[in-house]
Amino acid sequence: MVKNKINILVCGGTGCRASNGETIIDNFKQEIEKNGLEGQVSVVTTGCFGFCEKGPIVKIMPDNTFYTQVKPEDVKEIIEEHVIKGRRVTRLLYEDPETKEHISDSKHMGFYRKQIRIALRNCGFINPEIIDEYIARDGYVALGSCLTEKTPQEVIDEIKLSGLRGRGGGGFPTGLKWEFASKNKADQKYVVCNADEGDPGAFMDRSILEGDPHTVLEAMAICGYCIGATKGVIYIRAEYPLAIERLKIAINQAREYGLLGEKLFGSDFDFDIELKYGAGAFVCGEETALIHSMEGERGEPTVKPPFPAESGYKGKPSNVNNVETFANIPVILNKGANWFNKIGTEKSKGTKVFALAGKVNNVGLIEVPMGTTLREVIFEIGGGIKDNKQFKAVQTGGPSGGCLTSSFLDTPIDYDNLIAAGSMMGSGGMIVMDEDNCMVSVAKFYLEFTCEESCGKCVPCRIGNKRLLEILTKITKGEGTMDDLYKLKNLSNVIKDTSLCGLGQTSPNPVLSTLDNFWDEYVAHVEEKRCPAAECRALLHYIIDPEKCVGCTACARACPAGAISGTVKQAHSIDLSKCIQCGACMEKCKFGAISRK
Amino acid sequence: MGKIKSLADLKNLKTDLQSKIDLREKGDSPEKLVQIKVAMATCGIASGAKEIMDFMIDELDKQSINSVVTQTGCMGYCYAEPTIEVTLPDSEPIVFGYVDNNRATEIIEKYIKKGEIVEGVLPVNYETID
Repeated sequence: MVKNKINILVCGGTGCRASNGETIIDNFKQEIEKNGLEGQVSVVTTGCFGFCEKGPIVKIMPDNTFYTQVKPEDVKEIIEEHVIKGRRVTRLLYEDPETKEHISDSKHMGFYRKQIRIALRNCGFINPEIIDEYIARDGYVALGSCLTEKTPQEVIDEIKLSGLRGRGGGGFPTGLKWEFASKNKADQKYVVCNADEGDPGAFMDRSILEGDPHTVLEAMAICGYCIGATKGVIYIRAEYPLAIERLKIAINQAREYGLLGEKLFGSDFDFDIELKYGAGAFVCGEETALIHSMEGERGEPTVKPPFPAESGYKGKPSNVNNVETFANIPVILNKGANWFNKIGTEKSKGTKVFALAGKVNNVGLIEVPMGTTLREVIFEIGGGIKDNKQFKAVQTGGPSGGCLTSSFLDTPIDYDNLIAAGSMMGSGGMIVMDEDNCMVSVAKFYLEFTCEESCGKCVPCRIGNKRLLEILTKITKGEGTMDDLYKLKNLSNVIKDTSLCGLGQTSPNPVLSTLDNFWDEYVAHVEEKRCPAAECRALLHYIIDPEKCVGCTACARACPAGAISGTVKQAHSIDLSKCIQCGACMEKCKFGAISRK
Repeated sequence: MGKIKSLADLKNLKTDLQSKIDLREKGDSPEKLVQIKVAMATCGIASGAKEIMDFMIDELDKQSINSVVTQTGCMGYCYAEPTIEVTLPDSEPIVFGYVDNNRATEIIEKYIKKGEIVEGVLPVNYETID
C-alpha cells in the first residue's frame, strides 16, 4: 500500500457547485499536472458536507484539513503551500465564531455537525447480529448498574429528570408513564414494545431494530425492573422480516449470556422477551388496539381510561413504549439525565430521528437535536430541493400531521411548536414537497390511507373520512364547488371532535392544514377548474403551439388515444375531447411545441 | 461463553472484547488489515448490499488482501445505497455510496491498494455519541 498519498476532496453538493465548485476541481487538476504531482495527489468530488453556508468546502486527506469558502484562485496556494510544502493555508481554515481561532480539523467544529446520533448510535457502526459488539460499546451496562446499584424508583426519577418524551408521536413523558405502571399492584405486569411502525414513508424504528436490536432488549429489561414486570413483548409487524430475524438472534444471544432469563446480574430480577407479530394495521399503533391485537382480538381501540398502565395486556398493568423511546434509555442511564436534558429545547429534550423523504437531494435517516429548524434539516442536511425547484411544503407527522409552508421553515422542531403550527411530531416521517406537488392531491393521498386503515369501529372515522375522500376526489376532477370546501372544513372538525382514538381524531389534519395554508390552491381547483401544480390529470389541457410545431408526427404516433391529428410538415392539433392527459406527446416532442396548462 | 452473573462479569467481558477489537485493528500486521462495513438494513439489501458484500469478500480473498468485511445497520444515506465504510490502517474511515460491482472494483484497485480516493465519497455529517 502506498503511504503519504494525498487526496483532495471537493464538495459536489448543489450549494458548493453553484459557487464555482467545478472550476475549483479543474484548477486543482491543472495545478497537479503543472507541478508533476499526478499519481501522488488526486482530486475527487464528494457528496454534500452539509456546511453549505461556508462553501465551497475542500478537504485534504489524510491530515483532515478542512478549508472553507475556497475560491478558484486559492487553489494554486493550497497546492504550493499545503500539498508541496506541508504548510496549512491558515486564512482558509474555518474560524470559530466565539474564540476566533482557526480550526483545521472538522471534528472539532462543534456546530458543523447538525446531527447527533443517540438512538441511532450503533446503527451503521456495530454488527447487529453479534452481541459482543454491542457489549464492547457499553451494552447492558445500564441494565447491570440499575439492577445492582439503583432502586426502581431511582431509575424512574432519572428518566423523569431526563425529560424524555414518547417518540411514537404522542410525546407523553416516559418517566411518568413508567411511574403509573409501577404504582399499580398486580401479580403480573408487562412491558410492551410498540414496533408497529405504520406511517407511510417512515422507517426509523425498523432501522433501529435492524441495526441495534440489543438496545431495545436492554431498555425493556430496565423498564421491567422499574415497573415490576418480568415479561416483555415486542409487537412487530410481519412486514419487517429482517428486523424480526435480527431480534430473534439478539434475544437468543442475550439468553445465552444470561442477560435475559432468571436472576439477571445475580439479582432476584427475572426478565424475558417474546415477539408477537402484527399483520400491519395502522390502527394497531394505538396502544389499546395494539394490546387487543396481541391478545388475538381484532385490532380495535377501546376507551381510555382504563389506561394500559392500569389494565393492559391480558388485563394486567402494562407499559407500552415505542422502539425509539426505548433506544434512548440505556444512553440516558449511562450518561446521566443531566447530560441528556441539556440537549434539545425547554420542553422537548434529546434528539429525534426523522425519515427525510420526498423532493430533497439527500433522502435519508437523520437524527437531530430537538430545536433544529426545518430549514437546517431540509436545506443543510437534506442538501436542498431536487433539481433546483422551489420548496413548497413539508409534511410531518404522517397521516395524522399536517403540511407546513415556507413561513415555518425557521420554526425549531419540537413537540409543542409543531402542534402550534398545525402539524405534529408524529413518529418521524418528514416528506418534502416542491412546486410540482398539488396540495389537494396530497390531502387526498393521506385520506385514501386513513380510509383503508380505519378499523371501522366508530362512525365519524369510518363514514366521515370516506365522505372527505369523496369530496377531495371530486375537487381533483374539477367538479367541486365552493360549498364543498366549507363542507370539508365542517366535517373535518366533527370527525376530530367525535372519534374515539388517535387515528380518527387526527385523520382530518392533512385536510385542515392544507385548507389553512393553501386555500388559494383549493379555490383554483373549484372556481377556475385549474390545478396550479399541474398534477391533477383531469384538469390538465395539452395544447400544441402551431408556431413551434414542425409537423414531424412524433406526437401523433405516441398518442395512445388517437387524439392528435395533422398532416406531415403541417402544424398538428389535439382533440381535447379524446385526450386522456397522459403526457406521452409532450415527452416525445423535440421542439417544445406542446405545453400543459 | 458462560453466563454473565454480575456487573463485574459484564465489565470484564467488555474490556476483553475491546482489547480484542483493538487487536483486530492494530493487530500483528497493521499495515495490511483493511476493515469494511456494509450497511445492511432492509433498504440496503434491497438495493444490492448483499451482492456487494459477497463481491468484496470474494475479490479481496482472490487478491489475498488481509481484510475483515462485516455487516452493519443503517448508516442513514438512503439516497446513496448501497453504502460501505472502508477503514484503511492508520486512516479515518471513509464512506462510499452508490456502490455497484464496478465501483467496488475501483475501490479495491484504487483506494484499498493505492490509497487513492475514488468518486462516491459521502462526508459523514453526523456525530455519534460514544
